[in-house]
Amino acid sequence: MRLAAKTLLALTTAGALAALATAAPAQELVVVSWGGAYSKSQQNAYHDPYMQANPGVKIVNDDSAPEAVSKLRAMNEVKNVTWDLVDAVASDAIRLCDEGLAEPINHDEVLAPAPDGSPASKDFGAFIVSECFIPQIVYSTTFGYRKDKLATAPTSVCDVFDLKKFPGKRSLEKKPINNFEWALLCDGVAPDKIYDVMGADGGVDRALKKLDTIKDQVIWWTKGAQTPQLLADGEVVIGSTYNGRLFSVIEEEKQPIGMLWDWQVFDIDGWIIPAGTKNLEAVKKYLRYATDTQRLADQAKYISYGPTRASSAPLVGKHATLGIDMKAHMPTDPKNAKTTLLYNYEFWADNQDDFTERFEAWLAK
Amino acid sequence: MTDVTGTNGELVTADGRPLRASLARALRRQKLQALLLVAPLFLFILVSFVLPIADMLFRSVENSIVAKVLPETTTALRSWDPQGDALPGEEVYAALYRDMLIAAKNRTATRVGQRLNYESSGFSSLFRSSARKVKRIKAGPYKPAMIKAHKKWGKLETWQVIANYNARYTPGYFYAAVDARIDTDGGVTMQDEDKRIYVNLFLRTLGLSLTITLATLVLGFPAAYLLALLPTAKSNLLLILVLLPFWTSLLVRTTAWIALLQQQGVINEFLVFLSIVGTDDRPRLIHNQVGTVIAMTHILLPFMVLPLYSVMKTIPKSYVRAAISLGAHPWRAFWAVYFPSTVPGIGAGAILVFILAIGYYITPDLVGGTSGTFISNRIALHISSSLNWGLAAALGVILLGIVLALYLLYDKIVGIDNMKLG
Repeated sequence: MRLAAKTLLALTTAGALAALATAAPAQELVVVSWGGAYSKSQQNAYHDPYMQANPGVKIVNDDSAPEAVSKLRAMNEVKNVTWDLVDAVASDAIRLCDEGLAEPINHDEVLAPAPDGSPASKDFGAFIVSECFIPQIVYSTTFGYRKDKLATAPTSVCDVFDLKKFPGKRSLEKKPINNFEWALLCDGVAPDKIYDVMGADGGVDRALKKLDTIKDQVIWWTKGAQTPQLLADGEVVIGSTYNGRLFSVIEEEKQPIGMLWDWQVFDIDGWIIPAGTKNLEAVKKYLRYATDTQRLADQAKYISYGPTRASSAPLVGKHATLGIDMKAHMPTDPKNAKTTLLYNYEFWADNQDDFTERFEAWLAK
Repeated sequence: MTDVTGTNGELVTADGRPLRASLARALRRQKLQALLLVAPLFLFILVSFVLPIADMLFRSVENSIVAKVLPETTTALRSWDPQGDALPGEEVYAALYRDMLIAAKNRTATRVGQRLNYESSGFSSLFRSSARKVKRIKAGPYKPAMIKAHKKWGKLETWQVIANYNARYTPGYFYAAVDARIDTDGGVTMQDEDKRIYVNLFLRTLGLSLTITLATLVLGFPAAYLLALLPTAKSNLLLILVLLPFWTSLLVRTTAWIALLQQQGVINEFLVFLSIVGTDDRPRLIHNQVGTVIAMTHILLPFMVLPLYSVMKTIPKSYVRAAISLGAHPWRAFWAVYFPSTVPGIGAGAILVFILAIGYYITPDLVGGTSGTFISNRIALHISSSLNWGLAAALGVILLGIVLALYLLYDKIVGIDNMKLG
């Protein structure tokens, strides 16, 4: 009995000591991102090299980005913010910043300058859409089509609306965003007038009328993985989704699918620091590293999204496992980016709720 | 034996106290003990279930943000007549200027903007840009200065919306949830035709849930009957088949249905192979109501089979045998003797399936297309993406109300104590 007690005591002491020894230096940073291939690309390009260089820091992944806005709001209401860095699309970042849920930063102070010495704000340029937003990658929503099921390859986004020449089902996102832009564009609106027309009286009706022409041939998607699957199954002949998803279904899964880059809609994804984080300084230090020119270029080795720094573009190399040159797969590559749209964030912040209601009512008709 | 009655004829115990009081005391102690035993569970449910839900429901009427961020403006607005056709006076604009200065500093201006944007498009950018520009205004008069900062401050409609939505509590979210709105003149009107969605969605949710409940009953009743009739060894084996899908992830089952039902899917390919349908007119079995009903019936089937089975197992087989031996036709014996005894199981199964169905959203989202989605899909959208928690809460309250009303109706018609879960 006494022997057992002694052994137990010795064991617990040893255990406690061991725990102390290993736990002492670790500072944990909770980084919230999208999970899957995207988080993996961040792990490879940023997290792993940073943890190697700074053994005292441990980066913990949390895949809650799809619910980040509502969760951050909830955390803020109970004043217990447990996240240190959150990956968010630009429109959400603007909203979080507006609501005071994200930390505003001085980009030139926090972020590293370009290798040629020009300040970060110049290197990122127009991609800094909010004082809280640290841009990371550019992605686009664009179309993929079945090469074997269409007689001729579509060359224009308006081919999506042409049921005679390109018969078959299409998949579009179940949201007014992007679809309204494309519908108006193909209804003859000049690209630089799209938002003027959409915001004016009758603009939404005009977009919906154009969408009416293909409505009964559309399968509406809500998750990014749906279009690649629908294309692979032959359920649709053409469909919109994120360019990275199309890259992986074409290059990694070798499906007979082609890319249609015409009038791809650019969107930006990046970081925000949640207001109230307990590790502000450590996060800033990490950010300086993770968003420098080389790191952003490195990420493109693992996923086909373009770096937001101008100085990163020439450094984009080959895919880490497939060995193909990634430059040609970047949405920002000059050959792919002949015709592009960039979201009008302010316009959608105003009109999203209203237009979504109109869109949903139209869908239900 | 001597002291059983006290002075005034009351029964007393051995220590001389009245029996009634003594009994009450003992009973009270027992009750207290029982309460203490359930207290942890009660507190747990209160903290983790009742309070959060109450808080969420409260949001359906809560509207303090406008008055909190624009305190002086809302006070000053009280003397303005929203029905008239004159803009508010200088004192309101001056109050707005002071409120906006503070709001810009505290970064709360855009929150009000977002709140009011739910009611009328354009408030989001109005407040965002005004918060930026208000710092540049140095001196009054503030009316022209504010209108110069953003022309919407010179519009009557802007002020009507602020006047209509500045109370601490508002029925506005509930109006929105039934496709109505507070008009600019303060009255309630129906939403424009091309924006009405919620009433239809509620009706569709109820209709589809009812269809699914009936479908599970039609499919589940024979299955449960078979299970109850078989010897235990065999019925246990079959029960595993009922439970097996139960243990599979919901998403996996839903995705499996997509592979089966889509136009290039297994079922359609098979129909084409048998030349039942031509390859160009394959029926649409998914991305519509049919898809939702099929997938959800499958997913919810165990919730019908299990209560039915547990009730049927307790019905003695001799009843039906007795009826038949007394000369009843087997059908009549089944309908007149067996079926009525299964009603508690049908009630329990139907209520379970119906209440679960009415709140489903992942499955309808993936297989429902545009015509097979539920009201819960809109609630999820407002919670996670449009962040209109007030409207989400109002929709939730209405849904809860409908479920409770149906529950009471069920109690009235069938009787809730008749229900048997197992």
